[in-house]
Amino acid sequence: MRKTVLSSRLIGRGLAYLAAILIALWILIPIYLITMAAFSPKDVIYDWPKSLFPQAVSVETMQFFLSAYGVLDSLWNSLIVALITLVISLVIGAPAGYGLARYIFRGQDAFRVAILSTRAFPLVILSIPLGVTFRQWGLYDSLISVAFLHTAMALPTTILVTSSVFMGISRELEEAATVFGCNRLQAFMRVALPLALPGLAASAIFTFVLSWNEVFAATILTLFNRTLPAHLMVQLDSSPVPFRFAGGFFILIPAIVFMFFIRRYLFSLWGITLK
Amino acid sequence: MKLKRLNLEPYLLLLPSTAYLLFFLAWPMAKAVGLAFQTDDMQWTLGHLQRMVGDAHFLEALRNTVMLIIAIVPLQFILALTMALLMMERLRGSDILVYIYSIPLAVSDLAAGIIWFSVFTERGYLNSLLYGLGTLDKPFLFLDYQTNWPLVAIVLAEVWRATSIVFVVLVAGLQSIPRDYVEAAEVFGAGWFKRVWRVILPLLRPSIQTALILRTLAAVQVFAVVGAVAGRGMTVLAAEAYRWYGEYRNAHMAAIYAMFILSISLSSGFVYLRTLRVKEEMIL
Repeated sequence: MRKTVLSSRLIGRGLAYLAAILIALWILIPIYLITMAAFSPKDVIYDWPKSLFPQAVSVETMQFFLSAYGVLDSLWNSLIVALITLVISLVIGAPAGYGLARYIFRGQDAFRVAILSTRAFPLVILSIPLGVTFRQWGLYDSLISVAFLHTAMALPTTILVTSSVFMGISRELEEAATVFGCNRLQAFMRVALPLALPGLAASAIFTFVLSWNEVFAATILTLFNRTLPAHLMVQLDSSPVPFRFAGGFFILIPAIVFMFFIRRYLFSLWGITLK
Repeated sequence: MKLKRLNLEPYLLLLPSTAYLLFFLAWPMAKAVGLAFQTDDMQWTLGHLQRMVGDAHFLEALRNTVMLIIAIVPLQFILALTMALLMMERLRGSDILVYIYSIPLAVSDLAAGIIWFSVFTERGYLNSLLYGLGTLDKPFLFLDYQTNWPLVAIVLAEVWRATSIVFVVLVAGLQSIPRDYVEAAEVFGAGWFKRVWRVILPLLRPSIQTALILRTLAAVQVFAVVGAVAGRGMTVLAAEAYRWYGEYRNAHMAAIYAMFILSISLSSGFVYLRTLRVKEEMIL
C-alpha cells in the first residue's frame, strides 16, 4: 500500500518535471529560431530545407536590416517616444501613486476603480479620435503625439505600480524624519524616495517596454516619423524575408533584457490587477 | 464630533493624473462616439454603421476576430493554469522556470507574429522539419489565406506570446490561497485532480475572471500579429479600422469599427462578470 502511494508520487513528480520542461522549450525554441535566423547569412535564410541548427554565424543579415532605409531613423524615434512616455508617466503618475498609498481620503476607492477600468478601453478607440485631434492641432506625424498617447496607455499602470511601491515603504520612516525636523517634502525626498527608487525604476522600465512594443497607435498617428515597430509593420509586406527576421529579432531583444532586470517586480507589476 | 479639516494634499497629488486621463482618455472616447455616429456637419446618423455592416470585408473581419478569441482565450487559460499549478509543485529550479515562463510578457505582438511567420512560411522551420522527418516531399503552403492554416498560426503566436500574462495573474492568485485549505483537502483523501477542481479553482475565481477579461479585451484588438503572420490576405476588425483611417482617410468608418470593437469588449466583460460571479469588491 505505502509503496504504491510512494511510487505514484514519484511518477507524478516526474510528469510535473516533464511538463515544466516541455513548456519551457515551447517558449524558448521560437526565440532560438528567430535568433538563429537573424544571425545567419542571407543564402542560409533562403535555403530549402532549412537546418534547425546554426549553419554559419554572420552579422550580414543584421547589417542589412540596420542599414535599410528608415530603420535607424525609426529606431531613434522609438527611443525618443519611449523616453518621453517614461518621463511624463513617472512625473504625473508617481505623485498619484504616492497619494493613493499614503492618504485616506474621500473618493479614493472610486479613483482606484476608475484607474483600473481604463484598462478595459481599447487602444484602437483612443487612437482614431486622437489622430483626428492631433491633425487639427498640427501635431500629425509628430513624435510627441505618439508619446502623449502611449502615456495615456501607461499612466494607469504607473499609478497602480508606484502606489504599491510606496505602500511597501513603511510610513513610520517618513514620520520619524519629520520628528527629526524634516518637513513633509524633505521627509519624502530624503527617506521615501531613495527607498522607492528600485521600484520606480522597474515601473519606468515597464513603461519603456510598453511604448517600445506598441504598434497600432504609432502606425495611426505617424506617416514619415514612424517608430520602429510602426515602420516594420508598414514595410513588412514589401520586405525580403531576411529583413523581417532581423527586424523581429531586433525588437524582441530589448524586451527580453528588460524583462530580466524587472523580474523581481513581475508579480507586483501584474498581480496588482487582482484586488 | 468635530469635522476634520479637509486635507487637500492627496487631491493635489492626484490632480495631474486625473486631468491627463480625462483629456487623453475620456475626451477621445466621447469624440469617438461623435465620429462614429455623426456626419461631417454634426448631424446624428447611422449611415457609418450601415456602411460598415454592408462592407465587403466586415463579415470576414468579424468572423476571423471571433474565431481567434474563441480559440485563443481557452487555450491560454488551460496552458497558463497548467504552468501555474506546476509552480505550486515547488519543483527544483522553479526560479528559472518563472523567468522563462514570463519572457513573453515583454514580447510585442509584432515580434511574435514575425517569429511565427518564420515557422509557418513556405520555406520556414515547420516545413523544413516535416520534410526532414519525411512527412512532406515539398513545402506546404501553410499561410495560404484560403485555408484555415493562417488562423492556426496566429492562434499559436498569440498563445505563445500572451499566455504569460494569464500565468502571472493566476500565480499571484494561487499565492493568496492559504496552503492549509489544500493540505486539509489532502488529509481528507482528495486526490490531486479533486483538490484542483474542488478547492483551488473555486478560490481562484477572482483571478480567473481578471485574466479572462484582460485576455479577451486584448484578443478583440488583435492587429499586428495578423499582419505579420498572414500579410494582407487576412483581415480582422482592428485591421479594418486601420485601413479606413490610414489608407482611405475616413475617420468616421475607422471610428465605427473602433466602437464595434469596444462594444464586443464591454459585452464580453459583462458576460464574464455574470457567469463567474464573485463578490463585488473582488471584481477588479
